[in-house]
Amino acid sequence: MNGLIGRKLGMTRLFNEDGATVPVTVIAAGACPVVQVTGSHVQLGFGVRKPKRTPKALLGHVRKAGLETTPHVLRSFPLAGEPPKPGEVVTVGIFKSGDLVKVTGVTKGRGFQGVVHRHHFGGGPETHGNTRHRKPGSIAPGTDPSRIIKGKRMPGHMGARRFTELGLRVVRVDVERNLLFVRGAVPGPMNGLLSVRKQGGPSRHD
Amino acid sequence: MDRLRAIEREGVKTNLPAFDPGDTIRVMVRVREGDKERLQAFEGVCIARRGGGINATFTVRKISAGVGVERIFPLHAPSIAAIELVRKGRVRRAKLYFLRRLAGKSARIREKRAVIVPETEQQQA
Repeated sequence: MNGLIGRKLGMTRLFNEDGATVPVTVIAAGACPVVQVTGSHVQLGFGVRKPKRTPKALLGHVRKAGLETTPHVLRSFPLAGEPPKPGEVVTVGIFKSGDLVKVTGVTKGRGFQGVVHRHHFGGGPETHGNTRHRKPGSIAPGTDPSRIIKGKRMPGHMGARRFTELGLRVVRVDVERNLLFVRGAVPGPMNGLLSVRKQGGPSRHD
Repeated sequence: MDRLRAIEREGVKTNLPAFDPGDTIRVMVRVREGDKERLQAFEGVCIARRGGGINATFTVRKISAGVGVERIFPLHAPSIAAIELVRKGRVRRAKLYFLRRLAGKSARIREKRAVIVPETEQQQA
């Protein structure tokens, strides 16, 4: 397996052997039971769902893997290497310190934002009679072409979208407590759901 | 949040002396030279403490060869071998940044004396 589902606990700092501070995000990842194995993907579960809140269809799907409890979320990961058996449990043990990983989550919602915050536009001067403070300015030529080019960067909803942070380094792995320490920031709020995948190494195209 | 605080607590040192801004302290810093490790002392006045838990830092100011030098240390870094309390200072604020524009006599800090308990109370106890 090369992926895992987890929950962001938040950020803190560690000290390395040189005495330098390492900013890390702590992820409570796994243990994830394997729910289903198809030809190309492995479906993992994470968390616990109350029996009362479990749809019968989902219960049946999970029973097939021989699970006692229904996971809160199910996520699919591309198959890499030897396919695991349904019912097996994947832990943070699949990672080791020094590994490169990519972390996917839903970013914090920012609401409706202007062009300065959303697209890093420069804005205009605040003084000297200027009135274009945070406005976008001209968005296109006039009569020709008489339309706006698709994809024109404009104000709108920002954040609360799926985002993958690439190239994060695993600093520490705590198999006993199912904790993963990753250098740097990952998308989403505290307690946000994340999926962590290995990066680099053999590709499925090899 | 609580789980994160619990993880942080593992890295927090418990054998630190109590010191406050205004105190003169000696910080023993582990310095690595090649593959040798030795201790280097940095002695000066603690002018600020900030942060809590593992993120706590403190600032030490000293005058070295006529030049003011300040170092900010992470309190719980393993590179800090020991902190020795040299002198307790009597100050009335938490951040002593005003010391930066003072020099010589005016930059002195009065020593904090132990509280003298009146005799009558001692007899009762």
